[in-house]
Amino acid sequence: MKARELMPALCLLVLLFLFGCEREQRPTRAPAAASAVADPSYAASGKTPVSNRYEENAYAVSQGKTWYRAYNCNGCHAQGGGDIGPPLMDAKWRYGSDPGAIYASIAHGRPNGMPAFGEHVPEDQIWQLVAYVRSMSGQLSGSVAPNRGDNLQAAPPENRRKKETPTHEATPAAEH
Amino acid sequence: MNIGMTSLARPLQDALRPAGIQAEHIGGLWNLTLGLCALVFLLIVAACVAALWIAPRADAGTAPNLDSLARPERRIWRVIGWSTGLATVGLLVLLAADVFTSRALARMPLQDAVNIELVGHMWWWEARYRDADPSREFTTANELHIPAGRPVVVTLRSNDVIHSLWIPNLHGKKDLIPGRTATLRLRADRPGTYRGQCAEFCGIEHAMMALLVEAEPAAAYEAWAARQRRPAAEPADALARRGREVFLSRSCVMCHTVSGTSANAKLGPDLTHLASRRTIASGMFPNNRGHLVGWIADPQSLKPGVNMPPNALPPDDLQALLAYLETLK
Repeated sequence: MKARELMPALCLLVLLFLFGCEREQRPTRAPAAASAVADPSYAASGKTPVSNRYEENAYAVSQGKTWYRAYNCNGCHAQGGGDIGPPLMDAKWRYGSDPGAIYASIAHGRPNGMPAFGEHVPEDQIWQLVAYVRSMSGQLSGSVAPNRGDNLQAAPPENRRKKETPTHEATPAAEH
Repeated sequence: MNIGMTSLARPLQDALRPAGIQAEHIGGLWNLTLGLCALVFLLIVAACVAALWIAPRADAGTAPNLDSLARPERRIWRVIGWSTGLATVGLLVLLAADVFTSRALARMPLQDAVNIELVGHMWWWEARYRDADPSREFTTANELHIPAGRPVVVTLRSNDVIHSLWIPNLHGKKDLIPGRTATLRLRADRPGTYRGQCAEFCGIEHAMMALLVEAEPAAAYEAWAARQRRPAAEPADALARRGREVFLSRSCVMCHTVSGTSANAKLGPDLTHLASRRTIASGMFPNNRGHLVGWIADPQSLKPGVNMPPNALPPDDLQALLAYLETLK
């Protein structure tokens, strides 16, 4: 058979592959919560890590970036580089890099000044924030993490950062 | 979806019924352009009909007389010359009208102007009334009040993507481009309610990004502005006070401002005088208890994609919150 005769079949085959494509959904309602983290003392050590379905959704991670700025996380963590709060874009984690641990930190607060936002920020938005926080140290795929933002940012965009290998950092004693 | 708006007195949104000097200039240009283009169109149609009329023809039974096709074509340089000249003059007339309209728009006197900074958000309008005295400034959303007969300078900025402001009865469109500032100078000469609309596709709820402009007599405007400058009144009854506690202890406080309380966030519309506005959700629904409760409980079912999250409040808290919001006059 000549190559020319094979072409239509080949085109059809390629078209068939398009059925494998999936358009990313923009969740406008809270998905069923993965609320295994009602326990304020939650930390990843010795527990099954909680997964966050928003880590595979670029829209949700970008929303997380919006909340990060709107809710003034910048005020203490700066743009992830850390200020009076610890940096979020490095490899070190005091309470583990697991989404459940980050959720617990935001919702229930931590010693040394991290306030509890659980009463004020809806659960859904906390999960979006969790996904964004993890993107800051390159834990998310480059196709999901946010691109360059509109605001001044003294670091490469989140989707261009190299993936840090999470390590444990001891929680400092009271810092006064 | 938009069942609500029909129950309101329909605000005017019609570029052909100008209510201000700027829209009148633009309306004049439109009428001239329409008239001239209609004339050109009629001339072309007439030329086509004439060509068909003088073309060789015959009855069904006889052969057509094709002599005229055999003769050398008439020289029609003169006709072509006249047509070209006429077209050039027509276009020059339009060009001149355009230039003079632009000049007229730029020449509106601006003494004693009201300064409004209008910021486009996905998908609502934030309006800050500027004043030389900072204590007289105030912020509102989705509803502008302007004094009829007084010039208004609207400074346009965008918070996220490109929007465009179009209040057809008052002026033409002007884009709001992130990182840039544009100005629109307008004047409403006749009191009335005019509807504006985002005129540049800005996302899934672009069509639901409207704003109302109330042009009022000077005294009514000043009274409105004085009310807007006041902080929110202290709630009188226990239910509304409890509603304020709900407002300040739940997620409302993360995005909204109610001046006079600790709620001071800028992500969503300023709610200090929410109850004084005619609509909620950027001109989408009339501002009444039914729509408000639906909006608070599940905004995603009313305006999918909006940044406001669903709020699953216990019924008592929700009633208290509504009672509080209704005190924000």
